[in-house]
Amino acid sequence: MTVARFWRKIPQRYNLIGTKCTTCGRHFFPPRTFCPDCRRNGKIVDHQFAGFGTIVTYTVIQTEPDHFASPGPYVLAIIKLDEGPQMTTQIICDPKEAKIGMRVRSVFRKIGTDGESGIIHYGTKFVPVE
Amino acid sequence: MRDVAVIGIGCTRFGEHWNRSFRDMFVEAGALALEDAKLSGEKIDAMYVGNMSAGRFIEQEHIGALIADYSGMATRHIPATRVEAACASGGLAFRQAVIAVASGMEDIVVAAGVEKMTDVEPGASTDALTGAADREWEGFVGATFPGLYAMIATDYIHKYHMTREQLAQVAVKNHYNGARNPIAQFQQEITLSTVMKSTMVAEPLRLFDCSPITDGAAAVIVAPLDRAREFTDTPIKVLATAQASDSIALHDRRDISTMDATVAAGQRAFKMAKLTHKDINMVEVHDCFSIAEICAIEDLGFCKKGTAGKFTEDGETALGGKIPVNTSGGLKACGHPVGATGIKQVYEIVQQLRGEAGKRQIENAKIGMTHNVGGTGATVAVHILGRV
Ligand SMILES: [Zn+2]
Repeated sequence: MTVARFWRKIPQRYNLIGTKCTTCGRHFFPPRTFCPDCRRNGKIVDHQFAGFGTIVTYTVIQTEPDHFASPGPYVLAIIKLDEGPQMTTQIICDPKEAKIGMRVRSVFRKIGTDGESGIIHYGTKFVPVE
Repeated sequence: MRDVAVIGIGCTRFGEHWNRSFRDMFVEAGALALEDAKLSGEKIDAMYVGNMSAGRFIEQEHIGALIADYSGMATRHIPATRVEAACASGGLAFRQAVIAVASGMEDIVVAAGVEKMTDVEPGASTDALTGAADREWEGFVGATFPGLYAMIATDYIHKYHMTREQLAQVAVKNHYNGARNPIAQFQQEITLSTVMKSTMVAEPLRLFDCSPITDGAAAVIVAPLDRAREFTDTPIKVLATAQASDSIALHDRRDISTMDATVAAGQRAFKMAKLTHKDINMVEVHDCFSIAEICAIEDLGFCKKGTAGKFTEDGETALGGKIPVNTSGGLKACGHPVGATGIKQVYEIVQQLRGEAGKRQIENAKIGMTHNVGGTGATVAVHILGRV
């Protein structure tokens, strides 16, 4: 991933800023600039997500791809944010602890490094709500 | 629209071909298809080729022109078009060829598929395949392809209580079929314990739930049905062609373990052919992972949602079962050279309908179906083929 490609989405990746359609009230994360329901009648504005959600499904990835920061097995999940949309994220927890329906909250963490440039990428991961 | 028939088929052996190049493979598949149709290259009006990622795998783009050139078509300047839809590239190339002939725009058209995946390190090929999902919001946060399908499996098992052993039976059955297919990458049978003891890749999926990295090419030739007998005694009619889309990312689907694009493409195909699932004698489905076959046979309507595990365990998808699934060995055992897979599915069904499928022949096969998926279900192509 080039610097520009990552930098462009820093507000979204660091702070969980998505979008919202003020016409129908639907929230989008990952952000969308076009509402699939309202189409040309949709009006899209930025929206700061609260950072709370629930695990919909998950896996424990044993063989990690290149360039990712997580040592050893890591939990990958689809979570449903309280505002409605679903997103893919890593959950920082004991792999045995992860389960469907678990409440999670967002945290700011290192995601990985660029293999060639060595640049460190940060972003949002989730942890279990105590 | 004109009726369209398949008049010739060809396929390389699938496998890790260290000594064979991208060009060698598609030339072989194309030559076999021409020979099968007793056709010379001068008769070809156009070509469509399915290829996912030659840019990543062999650092070559402009695949349409390359194929036209090396199959001797460049001097005749026929149109040659690359079609890309990740793992569904081959199915879409076939569909484009069928549409070209059906429309009357072209007469004799080649639909091919090719992928050369072993010229890069395994890590690089895995990463290239992740491009079939959402790179920005799945790949960049740590999702791998097995990881995405593993999340489908977790959701499915949670909802429908399929056992891990039932899921493993998909791979056991596909290896049994692959052992009877001379072009398959893996031609040996396996047992339940082979799957259950294999390395964990992404829970609950193990190595033997995953299709392999494969080199290979396949080609078929289509023509107007009313001219088909000029070339073959056993033309196979294209009864339906259908395609559907869904969200690129798995997290945006209506239901994680239902592929709505499969449901839509399947329904459109049955409607176009005026048939139901009961009319289908065998189906090639996209089993890139064992869980994908489970979802596919339900979403196409061959069994009820939540029952495919037991259906498979009971042998209903085996060669002698109610609806034989993946007689070729599927992506799991036959191999999965991404862009070639959709064409190989047509190749297998045509062999079955001609009665040329050897030890895996389905008796009295009259109508067959193919189901080719891109990504985690963002593109699906479904075709129905029948004996004339
Ligand atoms: Zn809207």
